Parts: sequence; C-alpha cells; structure tokens
Amino acid sequence: MSTTAVHSLWTTAAEPLDKIPAPHIEYAQLAPTLIVVGAAILGVLVEAFVPRKSRHYTQVFLAVVALTAAFAAVVGLAVGGYGTTKAHIAAMGAIAVDGPALFLQGTILLASLVAVFTFAERRLDPAAHGKRVDSFAAQAASVPGSDSEKAAVKAGFTTTEVFPLALFAVAGMLVFPAANDLLTLFIALEVFSLPLYLLCALARRKRLMSQEAAVKYFLLGAFSSAFLLFGIALLYGYAGSVSYARIADVVDGTVQTIDPALAGTMGNDALLLIGGALILTGMLFKVGAVPFHMWTPDVYQGAPTPITGFMAAATKVAAFGALLRLLYVVLPGLRWDWRPVMWAIAIVTMLGGAIVAITQTDIKRLLAYSSIAHAGFILAGVIAVTPDGVSSVLFYLLAYSFVTIGAFAVVTLVRDAGGEATHLSKWAGLGRRSPLVAAVFAVFLLAFAGIPLTSGFSGKFAVFRAAAEGGAGALVVVGVISSAIAAFFYIRVIVLMFFSEPKPEGPTVAVPSPLTTTTIAVGVAVTLVLGVAPQYFLDLAGQASVFVR
Amino acid sequence: MDNAENLIALLVAAPLLGAAVLLVGGRRLDRTGHWIGTALAAVSFVVAVVLFADMLGRPGDDRTLYQHLFSWIPVGGFQADIAFQLDQLSMTFVLLITGVGSLIHLYSVGYMEHDERRRRFFGYLNLFLAAMLLLVLADNYLLLYVGWEGVGLASYLLIGFWQHKPSAATAAKKAFLVNRVGDMGLSIAIMLMFTTFGTFAFGPVLGATGETSEGTLTALGLLLLLAACGKSAQVPLQSWLGDAMEGPTPVSALIHAATMVTAGVYLITRSGAIFNAAPDAQLAVVTVGAVTLLFGAIVGCAKDDIKKALAGSTMSQIGYMILAAGLGPIGYAFAIMHLVTHGFFKAGLFLGAGSVMHGMNDEVDMRKYGGLRKYMPITFVTFGLGYLAIIGFPGLSGFFSKDKIIEAAFAKGGTEGWILGGAALLGAAITAFYMTRVMLMTFFGEKRWQPDDKGELPHPHESPRTMTIPMIVLAFGSVFAGGLFSWHESFVKWLEPVTSFEHGHSPLSAATVTTATVAVMVLGVALAYLQYGRRPVPVTPPRGSLLTRAARRDLLQDDFNHVVLVRGGEHLTRSLVYVDHSLVDGVVNGTAASFGGLSGRLRKLQNGYARTYAVTMFGGTAVLIAATLLMRAV
Repeated sequence: MSTTAVHSLWTTAAEPLDKIPAPHIEYAQLAPTLIVVGAAILGVLVEAFVPRKSRHYTQVFLAVVALTAAFAAVVGLAVGGYGTTKAHIAAMGAIAVDGPALFLQGTILLASLVAVFTFAERRLDPAAHGKRVDSFAAQAASVPGSDSEKAAVKAGFTTTEVFPLALFAVAGMLVFPAANDLLTLFIALEVFSLPLYLLCALARRKRLMSQEAAVKYFLLGAFSSAFLLFGIALLYGYAGSVSYARIADVVDGTVQTIDPALAGTMGNDALLLIGGALILTGMLFKVGAVPFHMWTPDVYQGAPTPITGFMAAATKVAAFGALLRLLYVVLPGLRWDWRPVMWAIAIVTMLGGAIVAITQTDIKRLLAYSSIAHAGFILAGVIAVTPDGVSSVLFYLLAYSFVTIGAFAVVTLVRDAGGEATHLSKWAGLGRRSPLVAAVFAVFLLAFAGIPLTSGFSGKFAVFRAAAEGGAGALVVVGVISSAIAAFFYIRVIVLMFFSEPKPEGPTVAVPSPLTTTTIAVGVAVTLVLGVAPQYFLDLAGQASVFVR
Repeated sequence: MDNAENLIALLVAAPLLGAAVLLVGGRRLDRTGHWIGTALAAVSFVVAVVLFADMLGRPGDDRTLYQHLFSWIPVGGFQADIAFQLDQLSMTFVLLITGVGSLIHLYSVGYMEHDERRRRFFGYLNLFLAAMLLLVLADNYLLLYVGWEGVGLASYLLIGFWQHKPSAATAAKKAFLVNRVGDMGLSIAIMLMFTTFGTFAFGPVLGATGETSEGTLTALGLLLLLAACGKSAQVPLQSWLGDAMEGPTPVSALIHAATMVTAGVYLITRSGAIFNAAPDAQLAVVTVGAVTLLFGAIVGCAKDDIKKALAGSTMSQIGYMILAAGLGPIGYAFAIMHLVTHGFFKAGLFLGAGSVMHGMNDEVDMRKYGGLRKYMPITFVTFGLGYLAIIGFPGLSGFFSKDKIIEAAFAKGGTEGWILGGAALLGAAITAFYMTRVMLMTFFGEKRWQPDDKGELPHPHESPRTMTIPMIVLAFGSVFAGGLFSWHESFVKWLEPVTSFEHGHSPLSAATVTTATVAVMVLGVALAYLQYGRRPVPVTPPRGSLLTRAARRDLLQDDFNHVVLVRGGEHLTRSLVYVDHSLVDGVVNGTAASFGGLSGRLRKLQNGYARTYAVTMFGGTAVLIAATLLMRAV
C-alpha cells in the first residue's frame, strides 16, 4: 500500500469527524429544564459544602426559587407564542417546544412547587431530641432499628438530599412529555424514575415498609423500562430512526428507505406493532393503568406521604403527556390498531380501580386505587384522538394533580403515636374533632368523585365529552358507571368522618406550619376555582392542544 | 362614569368576602369580626350609591348595565352564565338591601354584644346579603335560582342561630322545608323555561312571551307564584313566617324588611311579561295576595307576642304587594314602592321591638309590657313613626304607597275590582286596629311587668347608640320616603322603563278612595283604642271568641298542614319505604354486594409479591401485543 493510499485512508477516516456539526441548542427554549437541572446540581454541591445546620433552609430556598423561576420561564415561553405559532422542535430534534409540552411543564412545576412545601414541613412529627424533623429518614443508609439509626436520630440528622433528588426527578418529568425522539424519551424516563425510587425508600416512620416499596418500585420499574427499551429497538428497526417525525413519516408511508443497513427490516409492520405495544407498556406502567398497575398501591402506601403526593401528581402528568405525544405524533397512522386495545385498557382500568378500592381499609391504598381509576378516566380522553381529547386530558391533569397533592397533604396531618394514622377506622369521627381538616378532605374527596362545582367534575366532564365526540360513547357509559362505584368509597370516607362516633384513642390532627397549610389551601382553591369557573383554563388547555410535528 | 358595569360584581363580592372571611377566619376574628361584617355591608351600600348616581346621570331607557363574568361550561345550547343585570328595578332592591341591611348590621353590633357566637352571626348576615343581592342582580333565572337557594340557606342558618333552643331548630327546619315547596316550583319553572325558550336569560325569555302558547305561560306563571308564595310567606305557604321569629330580632328585621320575603315580589315583578300574557295566572296572584293580606292581618290581631304580631303584619303587607304585582302594569310600580316604604317602617318596627325586648329581659309577651314610653323615649318615637307609617297615616310613607295599591285594586275593574279593592280597604282597617293594639299594649297603659325566670323585674332602659341610630335613620325613611316617591310620580317614572306603567281607571275617584282609606284607618284605630286604651289589659289572655282562638293558632294553618300534608305524606312515605325496602333495596344491595364480592376477590390478586406483579405485567404485555397484532389481522 502506497503512502498516499494510507494517507487517503487516514484522511477519509478522519473526514467525517470534521463534518459533525456543532449541535444547535436553543438555551432559552430549554430554560425551564435547564434551570431545574442546574438547581439540582447546585443542591448536590450544597450537600457537600454547606454546614448541616443550614442545609435544610438552603435546599428549600433553592428548590422553591428554581421551581418558581422555571415556571416563570414556561410562562414566558407561552406568552412568547411558543405554545402556538412559534411551536417548534428544539435541540436538534430532541425536544418539542409546543402547547402541550408547555402546559404540562407548567402543571408539573406548579404541582412540584406545592409538593416541595410538604417535603419541607417539620412541625408534624413530634420533635426528636429537641430537633424538628421532617417526614424523611434521619440517615437513609442506616439499617432500620440499628444503633447507627438511633445515633442519626439522636443527632437530629435529616435527609436533605430529598430536595436535589426531587429536582432531578422534576427535570426528567419536564423532558418526558416534551421528548421528541425515543432515546430522549428513555433517558428522561430514567432521569425521573431513579430519584423517585430513592425517594420512596426514605420514610422516617415504617422504614421497612418504605424500603420494600422502593425495591418493588425499582424492580418493576426496571422491568417496564426493559419493555420500553426493547420497543424502542424494534421501532428503530422498523423506521431506521428514533425521531418521532421520521417514524411517523414511515408509518404514513411518505418516506420509504432511510438506512440501507436496515433494508431488511424497514417497513415491517410486525416490528412496528410489537414495538409500539412494548412502548405503550412502558408508558402505561408509569400512569398506573391495569394490568400494569400493581405496583401503585404498595408503593403509594410505603412511600413517605409527601413523596406519594408528589409522585401521584407529577409522574402522572409527565407520563400522560408522553403517552399523548406518542399516540398523537408517532402513531396516529396506527390508530385503528391501537384504539381498540386502549379501549379495553381504559375500561379495565376504570372498573378495576373503582371496584378494588371498595374494600380498601388504608387511606393511602384507597387513594392509590382511586388514582388507578382516574388513570382510566384520563385514558378515555386520550382515546378521543381529537384536539378536544388533548385539551381535556391537559385540563384533567391540572385539576387532578392539585386535588391529589392536597389530599395526601391532609393525610400527613392525621397522626397517632405510630406516625400517620392511615387506617380508615382511625378516621372515624374526624369531622367532630377537627371539622376544618375533615371538611377540606371532604372537598378533595368530592372532587375525586366528580361532584359539580369541584374541579373533578369539570375535568371528568371534559374528558367524557371529548370521548363521546370522538366516537367512544360506550367508554363514557363505562366511565360513568365506574364513577358511580367510585363515589361509593369516597362518600363512605366522608360518612365515616362526619357521621361516626370518634374513637376514644383516635388520632390527633397535627397543627402544620404555614408550608403544609399553603399546599392544602392552594389545593382547595384550585379545586374550587376549576370547578366554579373552569372556562378560562379549559380555553387555555384548548389553545395548548396542538402538537408540533 | 365609564365602565360602571364593572362595579356590579363588587356589590355581591363584598358581603360574600365578609361571609368567607368571618366563617373561615375562626376565633382570631372574634373581636373584630362584627365590624368587618358591617364594614363590608357598608362597602356594598356605597358601591350601590355610586352606581345609583351613575344611573341617574343617564337617560331613562339607557340605564340598564350588564356585566358578564364567565360562563360555566357551555354545552350545546345550555349556557349557564354568571352575569349581572342592573336596571332600575334591581337598583331599587340593591339600595334597599344594602342600605337597610347595613343598618341592621350596625344594630346587631349592639344587639348581639353578649352572644359568644357573634362573629358567626355576622358571617351569616353577610351571606344573607350576598345571596339576596345575587338574586336581584342575576341576568338569568338560573343564577337567580342560585341566589334564591342561598337566601334559603342563610335564612335557615339565621332562624336557627340559637340552635340550642329546640324551638329555634324546629323553626329553622320548618322555614327550610316550607321554602323547599316553593323552590320546587321555581326549579320546575326554570326547566320549563329552558325547554320552551332554550335559554335562561331574562331578555330572550321575557321577550319571547308573544310567541308562546298561553297554556305554557299560565303554567310558568303558576309555578313562579308557587315559588313566590314560599319565599314571601303567602297563603298557602305562609306557615313558616311566624315561627321564624325564633331567630334573633335583627334577623327578623332583615327577613321582613330587606331580604327574603321581598324575593317573591321581585320574582313576580321581574317576570311581569309572563304574567301580563297569562291572565289566569294573574288572577291566581291577586287571589293569593288578597287572601294573604286579610289572613296576616287577622292573625296579627290575636297575637300577644310582639314579634309574631309584627310577623302577621308583614305577611299582610306583602299580600298587598303581591296583590299589586298581580294587577299588571297598573300595579307593578306600586308593589315595589310599597315594598321600599315597607322596608323602612317594618325594619324600624322590628328593630324597635328588639330594643324593647332588649330592655325587658327578652320578654316578648306584650301583655307583660305597658307604659314603656317614658323609659325608652327614642324607641317610642321611632317605633311610633313606623306605626303611623304602616297604618297609612296621611303624609307618612305607608299612606302614599298603600293608598295607590287600593286605588289600583279598584281599577282592576268589574266585580273583581270591587272584591279586591274591598279586601284591601278591609285590610287597611284591620292593620290600623292591630298596630294600634301593639302600640297601646307596649308603650301606654299600666306597667304590667312580670319577673323573669330568675325572679328579677325588668329595668327597661334605652338601648345603646349602635341600636338607636339605625332606628332613627329608618324612622326618617318611614316618614319621608313615601312623599318623596309620590312627588310628581317620581318613583313610577323611575321604574317605568323596566316594568312599564299604565294609569288604572278606577270606578271611584282618587279622592274617594283616599277618603275611604283614611276613614277605615281612623275606624280601626278607634276600635283598638276602645278595646285596649280605655280598658286595662289583662296579663293572662282571655279565652276570646272562636275566631280569636283560631287566629292565635295562626288560623289553624299548622293543624291543616299536619292533617292534610304531614299525615298524607307519612302514608305516602310509608308505602314508598315499603317499595324501597322490598324492591329498590333488593336491587341496589344486590348490586353493591356483588361489586363488594368482586372487589374482595380482585383484591387477593394484590398479594404483595413483586414476582406476581411482574408476571401480571408480562401477561398484560403479551395480551397487549397479541391484541394489537390480532387487530391488524382482522
């Protein structure tokens, strides 16, 4: 081989390196995510460098400021027209900046903000060794019941890492519904899932249960991620690309071949159908749809209650956002294949959640099953495949997340010697002793049940109307029947609180700091405003209902 | 002023905010709550005055303002608007409600001084005002209904405010239940309206009466009348009013003068277009009005409880208004004019009665009063002016408004006119009689004071300034309002663009009617003087004639209700309960049990093992894939 040939090989091999363009990143449009990620990283540094005494306040401050700033950035983008006319795909096709993404990001940020208030609450647990403590383990690494745990409690340690962890999770959730290719989707999923697994294990009381929940969540989450990843591989095989737009083009038949290496598999519908179904599995796991729901009750019950509220609200918003984008952008050409299947899933989810909830005796498990039933209701809106379907789902998620966080915040207040008194029998007669707390909880339950003048009604009405107009009348009938079944167990709790005799050794209602009070008050306010005057927000969701492609 | 319509919502919002703050605020507001409530009622009044001044600045047919806040989930043709309409009719009510309402708030500061639940009381008072303002400001029947029910709720809370007394709790329940009957009428009327006109808004509904069959309009009119009977305590739904005296006296003043009972008159006047086109419904309205005005007057004659005597008088005076409203365009303006003047003097009388009770250890039996004029001079004078106004003493408010109604009744024409006019005249005579009786038994004659439960004789004294100032202000209204309204027919001209107005053609000249009215008034006063002024009043009531005994029992209204409605209802419910137990419960419980069983079985799937969950997921995915592929294959 001559030297020129060697040289030529060398240069040809080197040439493509020069051709890789510098990625074009629209920092301003990614600001919400970047702010949260930055704050999370800063939070890690705070753990390393700020003295233990002032860490709590620093972290709370950092988290609140970051979430507020990120929300302001979302509002700024929306006002700047990125939700409607200027919607486009940023970061080299990885992230969509459009109406649904901004609406969901705004919802996630607001929900996380009020949830962070409950994380920071330190007045509910009786003071340990003269130190105020929050709901999280003194030292997560210490074995429950061990000496090192006792020492950590005695020293008044708290796991302030929850704030950066939560911020990382929020960052993942912000990307998840905006992800515009399958790899970004997968990375976002892992970014928000891994911190959640950890957060679930951090309960101060009932630590074994909490750790069990975390392990289960992790195992099943990993299992579902594997399905998702396999689905991504199959879709890549089908379309030769992970980009949503390219896959959609191949599905529609507008693009024939992309990569000669994949010529054997490209356009093979079996790959598309199986890959699509596997990706759906991953999404449905996160939203908690039957039959991928079984982790929900155990994890909701075991996780520290503030985390449960955060997770139940924000994860659901993010996961439904991603599901919407997947079904409306990537697979609309396949709707005749996936709609019947989703119909069946929506029906079993609504009925399953509602029916199993009837016999629950733990308030957190009850709310978990309720969240499953609600996932079914939202799926009914997803199935509509109309702009109304999108806007109704967006509205429902907004309404639902505040009710959920509020309800779980109330759960943190009702306590006895063993921590939170979550067994329903202990809630008997709560209305006699703490009328205000019971009344607030009743408002949330009525909203869950979908009684008019609460946000639950407006939301349910919107999704059912969208479903009916989208040709899913039968689904609406099932939805209404499930709502009737669900109303039973919500009202049963209200009856229990107000019309049963209080037990002599019943739990006490802790007096929260303004933090939790704010969370609950915001929850009630949003619930009532969205119930009494929902039109503005419905219009807002309507404007935000077009996906960029 | 530009954009004055943006202020309308503030009228409702201020007292509503007060109610929210006071009821949610808790004990930390105990010391300031009453002033917050009073201030917010006053804010509403000030806004009302501003809007009134603004309204006067515009020509008569351009005075209506609209404010649309938002629509509640429009679905097809179903449009539930939260929107307000402020025209001359609403303005009149708003001024009365907020003005008299604010005075009653102020009075309550003194009256409820020693009540430990005073903050809550003011919260309810504010809620009452807000609901009533919503009722008169709504621009559609659906929103009006919201206010209507709000009034019902607030009255329930206030009548039963002293819930530790079983009688108060019962009275509140009674008021609520009787009102429900009327509410049913209104709700059915609204449904009928929607099916007939396809909308709830006043404009389209009342503008479309020309194209609607008379049968529908008559049905609507009768249903609206039923509603009005409930809220305005007209026969046959009058029975709650007397018992409602169990509430604190300011509540009685509020219910009787500014809110609640006037709602029925408002509803009929507002729906005038429907009644104008349905003569049969109008006949029903005037009949109800005439019967009630006599009914209330007769009951008023026999009561020894000062508040119940006044309650009878309210019933009777509202009867006059309903009668006038039923006369059509010749009567609407006078109905509202009497409503306003009545608002002044009846509020004054009730506050006076409260002041007397305040000084007499909460004694309400007039047979145990007597000679109080020396001890409570301000109360005596203001109550006396209210008294002169209500009996229609020439020159005072009640004279002008009542005289006009009697005239209009005669002007109805034919036999009807004579009967209605005669009833109204007779009512005027009886009014003079029983009000003179109240006056004489309370302020004149011997002291007949009795020791109270603790054995203490009362020490009557004048009430504190917060109580006397409202009474004085109201007395001014009682004296001058009527004259002011009649000056060049100013009130009629003011309302004409909304209610329309025609001069009635009475078979008797106006002078004859006026003379007759004054004559029967003098007759009534003279009879009362002969019976109660010249002779000593026995402390224990005499047995009395059959009519007196019946009147003491409210003309047997409760006995009638008990025999016909309660017993009948019991039989009906018993049979329904039987059907419910055997048939409905069987189905319902069966369904519930099967779901419960299903739930129990499904729950077992949730066994706590992660491996089971994973297998379920795996199975689910397999089914999902299989189903997707199958869908393609089919």
